[in-house]
Formats: sequence, C-alpha cells, structure tokens
Amino acid sequence: MSQSQTPKKTVPRPPSKLKHYLTAAIILILLVLSYQRTGSSIMDLFNNRDQMGSLIVDMFPPDWAYFKDIIEPMLETIRMAVIGTTFGAIISIPVILLCANNVNRIPWISYPARFVLNLIRTIPELLLAAIFVAIFGLGMIPGIFALTIFSVGIIAKLTYESVEGIDKGPLEAMTAVGANKFQWIAFSIIPQAAAYFVSYVLYTFEVNIRAAAILGLVGAGGIGLYYDSNLGFFNYPRVNTLIIATLVVVLIIDFVSNKLREKLL
Amino acid sequence: MSQLSTQTVAKPTGRGKRMFNRVLILVILAAIYIWAFAGVETFEIKETAGQISKAILNGIIQPDWDFVPGAEGLIYGLIDTLAISILGTFISAVLTIPFGFWAATRRDKSGFFVTGIGRFVLSFIRVFPEVVLAIIFIKAVGPGSFAGVLALGLHSIGMLGKLFAEEVEAIDHGPKEALIATGANRLQVLVYSVLPQVLPGFISYTLYRFELNVRGASILGIIGAGGIGAPLIFALQSRNWPRVGVILLGIILLVSLIDLISGYFRKKIV
Repeated sequence: MSQSQTPKKTVPRPPSKLKHYLTAAIILILLVLSYQRTGSSIMDLFNNRDQMGSLIVDMFPPDWAYFKDIIEPMLETIRMAVIGTTFGAIISIPVILLCANNVNRIPWISYPARFVLNLIRTIPELLLAAIFVAIFGLGMIPGIFALTIFSVGIIAKLTYESVEGIDKGPLEAMTAVGANKFQWIAFSIIPQAAAYFVSYVLYTFEVNIRAAAILGLVGAGGIGLYYDSNLGFFNYPRVNTLIIATLVVVLIIDFVSNKLREKLL
Repeated sequence: MSQLSTQTVAKPTGRGKRMFNRVLILVILAAIYIWAFAGVETFEIKETAGQISKAILNGIIQPDWDFVPGAEGLIYGLIDTLAISILGTFISAVLTIPFGFWAATRRDKSGFFVTGIGRFVLSFIRVFPEVVLAIIFIKAVGPGSFAGVLALGLHSIGMLGKLFAEEVEAIDHGPKEALIATGANRLQVLVYSVLPQVLPGFISYTLYRFELNVRGASILGIIGAGGIGAPLIFALQSRNWPRVGVILLGIILLVSLIDLISGYFRKKIV
C-alpha cells in the first residue's frame, strides 16, 4: 500500500536504437552492392600478392642515375604549381569579395557567385587539365590553367568563409566615418583577412604541388608524364626514383609552408 | 628621461628590422617568380583553341542525352564511380583506425618516437597520388574498378590518419582515468571511454573524405581504373564534345549531390 503511494520511479527508457540499426543496415547494403558492382574480390588481391610483391621487389634498388634526368621536369612541376597558385590567388580576390555576405550585401549577387564557386570545386583538377589539353595542346600551359581554376575553388571558398567570420567593429567604424567602398575594404577587411588569405594560398600551394605531379598523365606538363611512360615500359627502378623525388619535394615544401603558416596565424 | 630616450631609440630599430624582413620576403618572392616565369615555354594560343572552346561550350549547352541510359552509358559510369568511392572510403576508414591511434601524441613522452614514425608513415602514404597508386594496382589486379577501390582505400589512409590522430589527441582524459580507477582492462577503456569520444569525429572526417573520393573516383577511369573517367577520356580524344558535355554535367551533378547529402549528415553528427 505504502509502496503505491510513493511516486513511481520510472526509469527513462533508453532511446530507440532502431535508427542506428537502420543506418548500419543501409551502409551494409551499400557496401555489398558496391562490392558486387566494382567486381572487387579479396581473393583476387590474395592470389595476386606474389605479383604485388615482385612489383615492389622490382622497384629496388632505385635508378639513381635517373635523378639528373628528372630534375628539369620536377622543376617544371614546381613552376606550374607556383604560377597556378599565384594566378588562382589573384583571381580569388574579387571572387571572395563577391561571395562574402558581409562585404557584398546583395544576396542576388553573392548566392550565384557561391553557386559558381561550388560548381568549380566539383570538377577534379585532372579533368580540368584534360579539357585544357584539348584546347591548348600538350605542355605546361594547360596545366597552369587547370591549377589556376582549381586554386580559385580552394582559396576563394576558404577565405570567404573566414571573411564572414571577421570582427564587425572595424567595418562599422569605417562606415561611420564615411569611407567609400574601396577605403572600407582596404582598411577594415583586408587587415583582418590578409593573414588567412596568405595562409590558405600557402596551403593551396601544397595541394597544387601534389596535383601538378600527376597532371602530366593527361599531357599537361610536369613529372606525371614520366610516371606514365616508365610504368608503361615496366621500368620500376625509375618509377621508384620518381616516387622518391616526388616525396622529397613534397615533404620539403610541406615543411616550409607549414612553418610559414604557423608564423602567420 | 633616460628611459624615454631608450624607448624612442628602440622603436625605430624594431621598425627597421620589420622593414628589412619585408624587403627580404619581397626579394625572395620576386626571385621565385622570375625563376618560375622564365621557365614557361612561350605562350602561343593555337588557332583552333577558340574553336575548340566554343565546341566544348556548345557541347555543354547541347549535351548528348542519348548517352545517359544504356549499359555503357552515363548512369552506369556514375554508379560505378559511386561504388568505387563507397568501398574505397570504407576500406580506408577501417584501416585508418589503428593508424589514428598510432600517430596520436601520447601524454607520456616515451611515445615520441612511435608517434614520429606513425606520422612519417602517414605523410609517406599521402604523397602517393591516388592515380599513381591506381596505376600500380592495375599492374597487380588488372584494369577495372577494383584497382580504383584499392587505390582510393590506400591513399585516403594518409589524410584520414592525420585527422583521426588529431581527434584522438583532443579527447578528454577524465573518463579514461575513471574507467582505469574502476579496474577496467585496456579493451574496456578503449570501448567505453575513448571510442565514444572519437567516433563522431571519425565519422565526420570519413564522410568528408568520401566527398573527396567521389571526385577522385571520377578521374580514375582516365588511367583505366574504372568509373566515368574512361568514357570521358575517350570522348575527349575523339573530340565528341556533346558527350564530353553530358559527362561533365553528370560528374558535377553527382559530386554536388554527394556534397549536399554528406554535408547534411556531417552537420547532424558534430
């Protein structure tokens, strides 16, 4: 009797796990379908392990004499990345100002601008390069164009999001003293956004070095062409040399760029 | 008085040093640019460039809709691309979990060496472009989607491992210590204190990597590793611009759609 008078201690029911089970089931189904679709077979990989092993064994020792032959294409790769990143950064500036909704307060300009930016970001750099090769022919030029557009996608996107997060105070102060649009941008936005911008440009440069290394596969200059030809001729020691050279360049540039970015932010 | 004078003296030297640094940076930058531009081959636009650009634009405006259905058509290629990226992302996410713990800084300094090796292995993996990996896997398992899956699966470990490690480093050690205090064994500590904290981050990064892998998978076909890239490169080589147009549209649509869906889930998780 007394028990029924005390308020019942209702243990809260644990939240339904149905959602988790469903998610897991959907993911599982997707995986199984993908597995069948791609014709993947773990047995294949297992059976071919000798081939994989011999491929790796064939790579050693690397062909050190080949180094002096690939210095020039390696430098070309770096040049493409430098120029592509720079052009991309320059083009990004107006794009950033158009996209950031605290700079450009006109929604029917900022939203279409962002839409175009998102479209650019969906196209992989190798595909851009393939298209530019079709337009300009083989060489560095299509690679530079592809990297430029690719860079705009990264730099503009990251920077305009940072610009939207800047302190509003200086913007209002500049408006209050009657600055025109140029003064407003130069003295309230640029000082706050410049460090982010430079940091993202450096980051994009790192990404572009990696991208430039493969653009040669579609004929857009740089070291990528050499990967293709050496793999085609089954010259694995040379492939190994290429890999080591790429590794060294990428690690050095990542290291320098990281140090610079740490100093900036 | 003397204090004041030292201050007034100190300031200009500081400024002078800063000026010097700026000039130095400018000189270095100028040198890099002169070197970079000097190496560029002479830029001449081929006469056909304008014509081809126009043809490509026309192709995008008037795509080859007949290519959309069919056994070797656009839909088929896009589903292939999607399947490659789903499987590749899954493989890399599973393989990355140990790497994430390996490369995370431990609180005791004894792990410094281990962490260093873990990080080096991850950056080593990151350096291999997925396309180059795909070429190598094609040699091993033959051309086709499976080589693409393996390439994406291996390449993604590099980036995911770094992000996972950062997530592991950021966990709150309270729950872990509480569990150790109650006498939990290492596995229990992992399952009940570490995993619940890192799992949302892991899933979110995996989804982000999935977005990148869809882009990656759409170009793998260029070197014969399955997906929409193969018909695209054929169309480009045979100058079939309407087909290039429709494939481009398809890729843009697929990637945007995946970005939207994945972005929605990522917002929900974090």
